[in-house]
Amino acid sequence: MNVATPNPTSAERAEKLQGLGCKRKRVEDVRFTQGKGNYVDDLKLPRMLYGDFVRSPHAHARIKSIDTSKAKAVPGVLAVLTAADLKPLGLHYMPTLAGDVAAVLAEEKVLFQNQEVAFIIAEDRYIAADAAELVEVEYEALPVVIDPFKAMAPDAPVLREDIKDKTDGAHGKRKHYNHIFEWQMGDREATDLAFRKADVTIKELISYQRVHPCPLETCQAVASFDKITSELTLWGTFQAPHVIRTVASLISKIPEHKIHVIAPDIGGGFGNKVGAYPGYICAIVASIVTGRPVKWVEDRIENLSTTAFARDYHMTTEIACTKDGKVTGLRVHTLADHGAFDACADPSKWPAGFFNIVTGSYDFPVAHVAVDGVYTNKAPGGVAYRCSFRVTEAAYCIERAMDIMAQKLGMDPAEFRMKNLIRREQFPYVSALGWEYDSGDYHTALQKALDTVGYRQLRAEQKAKREAFKRGETRELMGIGVIFFTEIVGAGPSRNCDILGIAMFDSAEIRIHPTGSVIARLGTKSQGQGHETTYAQIIATEIGLAADNIAIEEGNTDTAPYGLGTYGSRSTPVSGAATAMAARKIKAKAQMIAAHLLEVHDDDLEWDIDRFRVRGNPERFKTMTELAWAAYNNVPPGMEPGLEAVSYYDPPNMTYPFGAYICVADIDADTGVTKIRRFYALDDCGTRINPMIIEGQIHGGLTEAFGIAMGQEIHYDAEGNVTTASLMDYFLPTAVETPRWETDWTTTPSPHHPIGAKGVGESPNVGGVPCFANAVNDAFAFLGSTHIQMPHDNWRTWTVANKLGLHA
Amino acid sequence: MAKSQITLTVNGKKEEALVEPRTLLIHFLREQLNLTGPHIGCETTHCGACTIDLNGMSVKSCTMFAVQANGADIVTIEGMAAADGTLHALQEGFREMHGLQCGFCTPGMIMRAHRLLQENPSPTEEEIRFGIAGNLCRCTGYQNIVKAIQYAAAKLGGVPYREAAE
Repeated sequence: MNVATPNPTSAERAEKLQGLGCKRKRVEDVRFTQGKGNYVDDLKLPRMLYGDFVRSPHAHARIKSIDTSKAKAVPGVLAVLTAADLKPLGLHYMPTLAGDVAAVLAEEKVLFQNQEVAFIIAEDRYIAADAAELVEVEYEALPVVIDPFKAMAPDAPVLREDIKDKTDGAHGKRKHYNHIFEWQMGDREATDLAFRKADVTIKELISYQRVHPCPLETCQAVASFDKITSELTLWGTFQAPHVIRTVASLISKIPEHKIHVIAPDIGGGFGNKVGAYPGYICAIVASIVTGRPVKWVEDRIENLSTTAFARDYHMTTEIACTKDGKVTGLRVHTLADHGAFDACADPSKWPAGFFNIVTGSYDFPVAHVAVDGVYTNKAPGGVAYRCSFRVTEAAYCIERAMDIMAQKLGMDPAEFRMKNLIRREQFPYVSALGWEYDSGDYHTALQKALDTVGYRQLRAEQKAKREAFKRGETRELMGIGVIFFTEIVGAGPSRNCDILGIAMFDSAEIRIHPTGSVIARLGTKSQGQGHETTYAQIIATEIGLAADNIAIEEGNTDTAPYGLGTYGSRSTPVSGAATAMAARKIKAKAQMIAAHLLEVHDDDLEWDIDRFRVRGNPERFKTMTELAWAAYNNVPPGMEPGLEAVSYYDPPNMTYPFGAYICVADIDADTGVTKIRRFYALDDCGTRINPMIIEGQIHGGLTEAFGIAMGQEIHYDAEGNVTTASLMDYFLPTAVETPRWETDWTTTPSPHHPIGAKGVGESPNVGGVPCFANAVNDAFAFLGSTHIQMPHDNWRTWTVANKLGLHA
Repeated sequence: MAKSQITLTVNGKKEEALVEPRTLLIHFLREQLNLTGPHIGCETTHCGACTIDLNGMSVKSCTMFAVQANGADIVTIEGMAAADGTLHALQEGFREMHGLQCGFCTPGMIMRAHRLLQENPSPTEEEIRFGIAGNLCRCTGYQNIVKAIQYAAAKLGGVPYREAAE
């Protein structure tokens, strides 16, 4: 038995709290390491049924007829839903978060391969799969649009017949029947002028291929409608449970208080689980129709080919520059392929997300960006795959373009960046495209990165290797990728961010029990980020109660205050702030109780780690544990008993995490085999809540970035067949390919966030992708190559070497 | 569909059951025996979330029929902790070294690591990486999983764990 130290030191008391800044072990792991997580597919309800989809083999076809009779005759099949069943309910289409509609079950046409056509409801998943095979659908194939650059051709096939005559979309005028929106930002005239006056310019089409977040757990849901009470309970893989509840209420007309949405443990999200999908709607309808619970679970092929692709951005990028290397203007035109429906998961007013962060970390005096969204015969989307809205596209675009310009100028890419980075004294910095960057010390971060990796020696080694290569003494090419990224996360301020009209605040409710233990509930939802661990650390430091006595609950819309969920690195910037603010309300009340108990004025008290003490008389104090008890039996006259608070935090600004990454790659010119020799990541995410979890997030995000840059692609052939819809064809790195990661940090707190934290989970993906790409490009740059499209798998890299004549 | 009778041992307990011949072992474990620790990530043998230990081998239970497990001795993640609740060194190692995030791959990863350490009690980092290459993780980037397995190998070997220099 431990003997309590009679007079613990301040440091001992602080350590006991397991608060901000400590490497607290994760609370979640106790259940996960024992196989006792509670994921959606683990749920088993009495009389539960299973749903499965009949999907289109065609990318574009008219549906001539659907015959469900054979499927319905299979023993154990209860019903087969088609658009004809959903239409009278107004549910054959559902609204998307982007102001478009998406088909739940295809009505007259299918618009992408594997689109949902019918929904089988059966006693078990095997029977449902059997019956799906027996639904007979007669299709008349139509010409397809796969290349987004051909979507707006005068003779392009009409894809969306339901809106073909609509000249106005959710974001203004449509230029063509396959056009969705045009979005512009910045000063076009001033930018054009900068280009006319520039000494040096570059122009390059930089494409970011279509990829998929591919969490290990697919999307799934269980719907249970109680006919007696008319209440719906919906369990699901939801990154934003409250938004799902509101959407479900709006489209089903079930009152919102009669819908209970529960997101249990989630097996990774990465953006895949933000939106609403036909499977959720069909499970709900099926439960209403049958009066029994209905489970729908995607398989991997369905996941990769139908729910939530990301990117597919084709960015024509131009930089204007002086001859001595000072950037004077940026111009980007992006063609955005959204697939068959605009199902982008962006804040309502931002059809291209925060793509206008594309000026990156550099002091561009002027810039202009335009984005055209188009429909094609591909799966609808897109989502933000481990990034804030379109931020990874923007970072890839500017970081590649900066390298291309450095190459043209004959400057070292690190030196070129140093010359153009926003300077510390310029913060808060208003960018040419309208964002106010909160804080940064970019030069310090980049210099630290360069010094740590020994950048100058690496360049010297590369120079020697290139000469040896030219002399025929080696067949290995060495590439060094340098990037500096700035993210924009923590959406967002109500003045410019909402989803379906709901401002993008987030929330925390904290209740202190009489014994000084705590429950806190939040509007966000962890999918592996470790919220149960880290939110407790924030509270522990704020109010001086040990993290081990603080329970964190998320994902139950009946108990949690309304929140917008977890994506876009918003949990720490928004809910983390709400947590600190709610804790401060509690602390303020506790201070009044302490003053009452100690018979002094509030102002005579000072905070000391876990207690209020009398100024100048530290022997007189009340600990938070004592104050928690007193809150329930001895409060000042006129004060309500109890100790709890709720905060809805509307952030005054976004946060702007940043970092400097360096990658060294060795490429075999004869095989294209690319080895990542070294990868160094320096991140600045402001105040660090749990360094162990931050490092884990960096490792994971870098690995996803490695996957994207070096092999991932959701690919369609000319007929619109998706050719990469299984893990055989879609690259997920294993432990063998994955490089070893070196992590580092600087700390520049956010000035407007209550604890100075900025968010970190997505930084390594945003910075990692261009860093790998720059390393591969750098390896070939001395041979005159300016830009190689991702992904840089060995075969494509071999092809590049071949086209450069290296195999002659 | 006609059902077959199977008898097998799961986590030390004898089980008798009737299964359809086409029932996958993972569905049998999860839905008939309510062992929801093994997960389904792909149903095509790629991801390893369903990995269990079967007759002293690592098996992806999505790629085997339950009837094929007739007579088998199976251990799942639920069978790893001691009867008194003491965690296995691997379970401890994964928590100590932050070898998991969302937890979905963890049961399969731990079961694979368990067999790996039976075959090779003190593997090098390369051997660990190769040994778990059939198990995908989307969250951790594997670096801390490697450390977790090294931690467990040290503990099982009775030597103190020392983190390798970066």
